[in-house]
Amino acid sequence: MAVEIGGIGQSVKRKEDARFIRGRGNYVDDLKLPGMLYMDIARSPYAHARIKSIDTSKALAIPGVLAVITGKDLVPLKLAWMPTLMSDKQMVLPTDTVLYQAQEVAAVVATERYIAADGVAAIEVDYEPLPVVVDPIKALQPGATIVREDREQKDNHIWHWEVGDKAGTDKAFKDADVVVKQDIYIPRIHVSSIETCGMVASFDKVEGKLTVWMTTQAPHAIRTVIALVAGHLGLSEERIRVISPDIGGGFGGKVPVYPGYVLAIGASVLTGHPVKWIEDRSENIQADSFARDYHITAELAAKKDGTMQALRVKTIADHGAFDAAANPSKYPAGLFHIITGSYPFAKSFVEVDGAYTNKPPGGIAYRCSFRVTEAAFTIERLVDVLAHEIKKDPAELRLQNFIPPQAFPYKSSLGWEYDSGNYAGALKLAMDKIGYPELRKEQIEKRKKGELMGIGISSFTEIVGAGPSKHFDILGIKMFDSCEIRVHPTGKAMVRLGVKSQGQGHETTFAQIVAEELGLPVGDIAVEEGDTDTAPYGLGTYASRSTPVAGGATAIAARKIREKAKLIAAHLLEASPDDIEWKNYKFQVKGVPAKSKTMQEIAFAAYTNHPQGMEAGLEAVDYYDPPNLTFPFGSYICVVDIDRGTGEVKIRRFVAVDDCGTIINPMIVEGQIHGGLTMGLAPALYEQINYDENGNIQGGSFMDYLLPTAMETPSWETAKTTTPSPHHPIGAKGVGESATVGAPAAIANAVVDALAHLGVRHIDIPITPWKVQQILKAKGVAE
Amino acid sequence: MAVQTAPATSAGQKLRKIKVLVNGAAHEVEVEPRTLLVHFLRENLGMTGTHIGCDTTNCGACTVLLNGRPVKSCTLFAVQADQASVATVEGLEKDGKLHPVQEGFHQEHGLQCGFCTPGMMMTAAALITANADPSELEIRQAISGNLCRCTGYVNIVKSIQYAARTQRETAGGKAQDGR
Repeated sequence: MAVEIGGIGQSVKRKEDARFIRGRGNYVDDLKLPGMLYMDIARSPYAHARIKSIDTSKALAIPGVLAVITGKDLVPLKLAWMPTLMSDKQMVLPTDTVLYQAQEVAAVVATERYIAADGVAAIEVDYEPLPVVVDPIKALQPGATIVREDREQKDNHIWHWEVGDKAGTDKAFKDADVVVKQDIYIPRIHVSSIETCGMVASFDKVEGKLTVWMTTQAPHAIRTVIALVAGHLGLSEERIRVISPDIGGGFGGKVPVYPGYVLAIGASVLTGHPVKWIEDRSENIQADSFARDYHITAELAAKKDGTMQALRVKTIADHGAFDAAANPSKYPAGLFHIITGSYPFAKSFVEVDGAYTNKPPGGIAYRCSFRVTEAAFTIERLVDVLAHEIKKDPAELRLQNFIPPQAFPYKSSLGWEYDSGNYAGALKLAMDKIGYPELRKEQIEKRKKGELMGIGISSFTEIVGAGPSKHFDILGIKMFDSCEIRVHPTGKAMVRLGVKSQGQGHETTFAQIVAEELGLPVGDIAVEEGDTDTAPYGLGTYASRSTPVAGGATAIAARKIREKAKLIAAHLLEASPDDIEWKNYKFQVKGVPAKSKTMQEIAFAAYTNHPQGMEAGLEAVDYYDPPNLTFPFGSYICVVDIDRGTGEVKIRRFVAVDDCGTIINPMIVEGQIHGGLTMGLAPALYEQINYDENGNIQGGSFMDYLLPTAMETPSWETAKTTTPSPHHPIGAKGVGESATVGAPAAIANAVVDALAHLGVRHIDIPITPWKVQQILKAKGVAE
Repeated sequence: MAVQTAPATSAGQKLRKIKVLVNGAAHEVEVEPRTLLVHFLRENLGMTGTHIGCDTTNCGACTVLLNGRPVKSCTLFAVQADQASVATVEGLEKDGKLHPVQEGFHQEHGLQCGFCTPGMMMTAAALITANADPSELEIRQAISGNLCRCTGYVNIVKSIQYAARTQRETAGGKAQDGR
């Protein structure tokens, strides 16, 4: 029965595949409207410069170039600046100063894509270079070049944020037997979804209606932002329709509002034509959606036997020229205070200072929007530093310290209430799967022969499902999410949600939740997302929130329908509702399976034969405000071998044990973990966006920024434990980002472990062959 | 090769007439010499299954088969495909029957966002045509010019193994029928 329904726990093949495998996806760049124009953007070659003049005459002289938009054109429209999601503001186009390389300087609108590019090449800008500050630590020193002259505050300090018990933590450190301290830099990286960002904007002057198709993970929030930013120009929210069509990967990079979007809308309003803007990869990787860039100093206090007592963390966060991250309003450093991880620190204190630099906006996302990766990496690295210091096996040290299963719900010293967990269960399973004791024996033998082999563990705790409206909002909009279900007379259902899949498989998994709750076959349930004219309002898909929040809404909306269906069933079976039970995906008279009604029969009756006095139809909507966040977790173990000649790190095995609570579709969850692990591998060994002292980006294309290919990526091995969330309607926790959060520390710990006997205690990621080779040379063991 | 002179476009570019066989159908179209093959397919022919993911020939989202060999259509001009045959994702399904590669990607969950998928499948189709039973390493080498950000490649490898297996079984079945 369950298999036919395709309910929760089944590896149902994806419904959305049908179009994708035929090349029939509908991505923004696939859209072509009659009379559509093309927009392209001229960008700054300098990281900091005064614009002395912009000459657009040569561009405008090109046949087919219809308009060039500069910052000066936007001033009278009050559109030269726009608010960010973090109470800062950001230039749409500069009027006098550019603040980072690749910043938008002018937009060209033309009849054809290539002509728009010709126009960009013909724009002449006279720049006067200004001093550049790229290092946030230098940026915070007195006398540093000021990035944001537009602010009243004449320095580069954005905000200070702290949480925890400072005095208590300081005292714990003073009294501790052992204190370890480690500086950790988590470099700037870029999400690089294979589809870049883009938009088709179409403004209907007669109706005053704006329709945009755009690469956004949060279409409803975008609609409200457009109304707020451009309301004064007559764009009114009931006449703004945001459509997020198929999205070619998001990973958080498609949450922010980039200047290009605003310019495309402006260009359509200006010309009265639909306007398409699609970024080139180089534009995407040079100007959009950078993540991390955290300079961390972390300290851990423990007893001699390794019992962890206190944690103290100080961080400088490089946010680039504008604070355009997408954190919940209350939390400028996101959920970084999950940094106590899987351990019961009695005392802890965390402080973060945001800094402006001459770089594009940072701190946005890389398959984790809210600084959880930075937190998990730091604590898991630090635990290994402690293990090294007190000469204890890192697995043993973790097992000794974990928050025990009976302690849940567990209140952390930084204020979170962890919903459920069994950390030792996950680590022990990972150790069994990989054969931990045998690997340690092998390592001893290898070391005798001079071979370098390391084993790294990461036992991370995630925090997702933002979030409870009491604490979580973006621009004041509470972070609930929504689902609307309509069951049609023939027993087929249409499900619409406020979130938006970018590859996560929502069309299948959300249909499975409804199938499970209503007893309708998954194939009879259509899921639609991303059109603000039809879907209920929601905050969108990022931070692994779809299943925890919209998944909750889906289950509850379905249960509302089932409640009504029960009354109809009672009516049809001529029984009292109290005598009706839900069994085997049907309503039956209690204990009498022969007297039953299927949901299809009930759906038909809801429109044709419903009880007098009851509203017709079978529909429900739910706006779900989660009572708490969810806390997925896992234990990863990585085995590496290091080439003493080249310094190359080879991942021999990687076992990932994840626990994301109830699993809706095991096939899809495994796929999410594979992808997440690969986006954990990438920053651990390969990816970094660096800048020279003049603010020139190093790594501004796929030639220089190494996304792992099939050759670098190992054959991930996965396993699971299941500890349902006690507060989620179906016990699910979310899984999209877990592996990206957990994997980097396992890999870094493995590499450091391989070199630990040489006295190596830490290496900043990405751990490139060059870095390793330098260490091997310094230690005199390079081949 | 005959050079067609045609009126200049608005940008002063001379148009050239090319004839390309795309998925078996002949198309005679006038294009600017600078038109990239991928833009010719997407814009001139409206075949949007082939995607663009980078501007440096790294990602492979635009992979099509040119005379049977996988090429990155963002790095060829349309005029270079004059008189050639091009195969794209739209041509994989034949007579309502999915290509083994398409079937494999669906069965083994070899795709998530779907953006790299057409290019990945074209590379895979060429691989299993040339090598009926590729090893895992051969598969990984073959797709190393196609980037995927979603799947971590594990299921893509399985999808291609599935496709190769299906193709071998079908071929074996046909051989048996013929005996």
